[in-house]
Amino acid sequence: MLAPDDNLLEVENLRVSFGTERGVAKVLDGVNLTIRRGEIMGLVGESGCGKTTLARAILGILPANARHETGSLRFGGEDLLRMPRRRVDDQIRGRRITFIPQDPFASFNPLFRIGSQAREVMKWKSPRRPEHAGRGLFGFFSRYPRARRKADAADAVEMMRTVQIPRADEAFDKLPHEFSGGQRQRLMIALALMPQPDLVIADEPTTALDVTIQAQILKLLKRLVKERGVSVLFTTHDLGTAYEICDRITVMYAGQEVEMAPVDDFFQRPSHPYTVRLLESLPKPGREPREIGGEIPGLVDPPAGCRFHPRCAHATDICHMKRPATTSVSAAHDLRCYHPVGATVPA
Amino acid sequence: MNAARDILRQLLRDPAAAVGLLIILLLVFIAIFAPLLATHPEAIWDMNPRQRLLPPSDTYVFGTDRMGADIYSRILFGARITMVIASVAVGVALLIGVPIGLISGWTQNWLGEALMRVSDIFLAVPQIVLAIAISQTLGPSIENVILALSVTYWPWFTRLVHAEVRSLKNETFIEAAIALGVPTWRIILLHVLPNVASPIIVRTSIGMGFTILTASALGFLGLGAPPPAPEWGRMIAESREFLPEAWWYALAPGLAIFLVVMGFNLLGDGLRDVLDPRIRRAGARR
Amino acid sequence: MRILALILQRIAWLVPTLAGLVAVVFFISRVIPADPVAKLAGETASRAQIELLREKLGLDRPLLVQLVDYYRQLLSGDLGTSLFTTRPVWDDLYARLPATIELTIVAMMIAVVIGIPLGVVSALYRNTIIDHVLRIITVAGLAVASFWLALVLQLYFAMDLGWLPLQARITGFPPPSITGFYIVDTLVEGNFTRFRNVVAHLTLPAFTLAFPALATVVRFTRAGVLETLQKNFVVYQRAMGIPSGLIVWKYVLRNSLISTVTQIGLLFGILLAGTVVIETVFQWPGIGAYAFEAILQSDYAAVMGFTVYAGVVFGIVNLVVDIGHAILDPRGTGA
Repeated sequence: MLAPDDNLLEVENLRVSFGTERGVAKVLDGVNLTIRRGEIMGLVGESGCGKTTLARAILGILPANARHETGSLRFGGEDLLRMPRRRVDDQIRGRRITFIPQDPFASFNPLFRIGSQAREVMKWKSPRRPEHAGRGLFGFFSRYPRARRKADAADAVEMMRTVQIPRADEAFDKLPHEFSGGQRQRLMIALALMPQPDLVIADEPTTALDVTIQAQILKLLKRLVKERGVSVLFTTHDLGTAYEICDRITVMYAGQEVEMAPVDDFFQRPSHPYTVRLLESLPKPGREPREIGGEIPGLVDPPAGCRFHPRCAHATDICHMKRPATTSVSAAHDLRCYHPVGATVPA
Repeated sequence: MNAARDILRQLLRDPAAAVGLLIILLLVFIAIFAPLLATHPEAIWDMNPRQRLLPPSDTYVFGTDRMGADIYSRILFGARITMVIASVAVGVALLIGVPIGLISGWTQNWLGEALMRVSDIFLAVPQIVLAIAISQTLGPSIENVILALSVTYWPWFTRLVHAEVRSLKNETFIEAAIALGVPTWRIILLHVLPNVASPIIVRTSIGMGFTILTASALGFLGLGAPPPAPEWGRMIAESREFLPEAWWYALAPGLAIFLVVMGFNLLGDGLRDVLDPRIRRAGARR
Repeated sequence: MRILALILQRIAWLVPTLAGLVAVVFFISRVIPADPVAKLAGETASRAQIELLREKLGLDRPLLVQLVDYYRQLLSGDLGTSLFTTRPVWDDLYARLPATIELTIVAMMIAVVIGIPLGVVSALYRNTIIDHVLRIITVAGLAVASFWLALVLQLYFAMDLGWLPLQARITGFPPPSITGFYIVDTLVEGNFTRFRNVVAHLTLPAFTLAFPALATVVRFTRAGVLETLQKNFVVYQRAMGIPSGLIVWKYVLRNSLISTVTQIGLLFGILLAGTVVIETVFQWPGIGAYAFEAILQSDYAAVMGFTVYAGVVFGIVNLVVDIGHAILDPRGTGA
């Protein structure tokens, strides 16, 4: 394994906005995030905080009405935002950064057999594909040499076996609807790992599944990525899930990161008032869950300064004026707050 | 009333639908005031051999026809025929098709099944084929064209209403009404009909355009209103023997048909977007 | 197996529908019309002569008996004899079928081959200039009267520019009859002058016939693609870096085509109806023009023959649509 401080992905001051009917929504407004090699980074926050947008920005698949992308996305030392589009398409997306979607039911095309959808991924993204292989005409009429195809298919079946798909060798001939939700998500994990990526973006991969299945999938995913030394960006709004799978956690609020900590530290010494409130909102024996209170701010005209201040009990004048700089609580625990919460969460 | 104003406001926000509405209002206006708007109202019916086949000029904006009549004035009077044929034919088709669709969709027994089979028979061939057969056997007249068109168009309403009613019947509020013992006629009148109104309105608008096209095709084939009625399709048919010299002859009637049908189609599309957000702007024209 | 069941089901549905259709047209055409026998016998015929002819044709018997007779006749594959051409209607239809099929298929191909890509492009470039222009064209395609469009095109391309022939299927002698389709026959014959001649004659009628169908295809494809582009599986494939051309033209298109394919029945209705008018305008020696003449002549047998033909064609088309649907959608439940 690589040294722990070897950063695979460095997101720096990333800004993405969307043109909407009501104006320009600053969905990501100066986000910073690092993911080390081999670690599972949890990205936590309420719906609409920008988790999915950040995931999509890293993948380079923002919707058409997204604009004004500044900042940098350094992946393996190179800025993805300044890399030629063609190279990102060919060698990064789906190859070194792959994707596990939120909804395994709708993310397979219902009309195509698993085999042909898997073959598509392998054809374009298998590690055996030569770096400068042609793309044909719009992706049509491109060669997929027989030898490579066979080797890829063997790998794919092996991978399906690894993710515990029953009768993996028959899976290719089946249609997506012949699999259960959990099995489909296993297939998605297999597809995400087949290209032997460095980073997997998992966008709430268990949200659509039953609770019992969730735990199995999480365990499987964790085992497989740890075995392979693959990094994961794991977005979720569920802190319990994050606790089970993540090495570190980044909390996002209204398009900005507010706290970043190793998982144990995160749960034992949450320092940002928002994080504390998030944790308090979890049900726990002997304590009523507390609502966070207030509303998630609009992104068209967000609050100035620290965006949490309208909902924050500790807010002072400075919080209205300027976004707090990053400070360190401890070695790997970073924070953006003028008034960090010192104590642990009351039990 | 408020709902209607709301719909109108939303409609006018869509430029295409607004244009469609404008065209239709213009058509109605023209149809009503044709005698006042026509520059040569007297020359609609009379022979006027000296003015025969004149190209467009200040006096005759769209030129004159083989009888020496002013084509512009004939177009205006033709708007009346078009409006009458289309609105009566579609109206009759509505009156036949909607009740049958309600009954067959609601009852779902042998009667409903039989009614659907009958409408299937009419849908088994293109409308114009049956319409031609009927209007030919009845002889060319406006009444017969209307009869032929309504007799062949009602199944489209039946099929539409049938499908809507069948899916409505599974809705909770209808099931609740049935369980509460509300009389069937009340459920149909107060709960089902208002809920199928939107697709019916949309289909009516598009059906008007389609019916005008079919009616003009019948006129073109010599099966519409008998001469010298200024029926647009027939005017185009008459022009054929004078081509290419009298190039203007077919121009105005063809454009008139085009504009009016487009008006109804644009309005229908707009209404569909406003009234029925489930259905996207798709292509069906019947 | 599934497809076989489908075919049987369709045929089981087609037979009663056709029977009903025949009955409807039969009554319409025999209850109300002017006396066709008198027309046939000619103006100089005496009353007795007319009655004699009526008896000879079996038109003096009760309507229901005539209908049952007609069913029996149809079942034995006999469509009756045309009153005016005095040939079996089947022979008339058979002789004219290739002309109509050739015209319809070419029009259908124009509509599909041009319409589907235009629909996809229109969806991909939604709300841009391209989309607006295509929308204007499709709106026009559904609003223009085809006989008028035919005249305008004739006026401009045939009379004014003289680029294309005015009407008919061919100038001079037809090619040796092999398939009856002139395009195929001239190619088989290897006579390229004649082939060009045939194509030139086909151009205007085929395009005129295709225009409304083309507009329909564009609109349905556009709507289908727009809907499919929102789907999660498209986002997934984009996230996995599959070439976008492939995503659109292979994956998205197949999903959106399912809804387009179900509209092909409608499309064929447009084309079939169009042949009556367009064959008449272009003097195309096909079934549409034949039907129109038959109607003008009160030619019962021929009208009925045409109606049965239209019903059968429609039935076959719907069957093909069902099969196509089954092939495109392997789930077997419908999209």
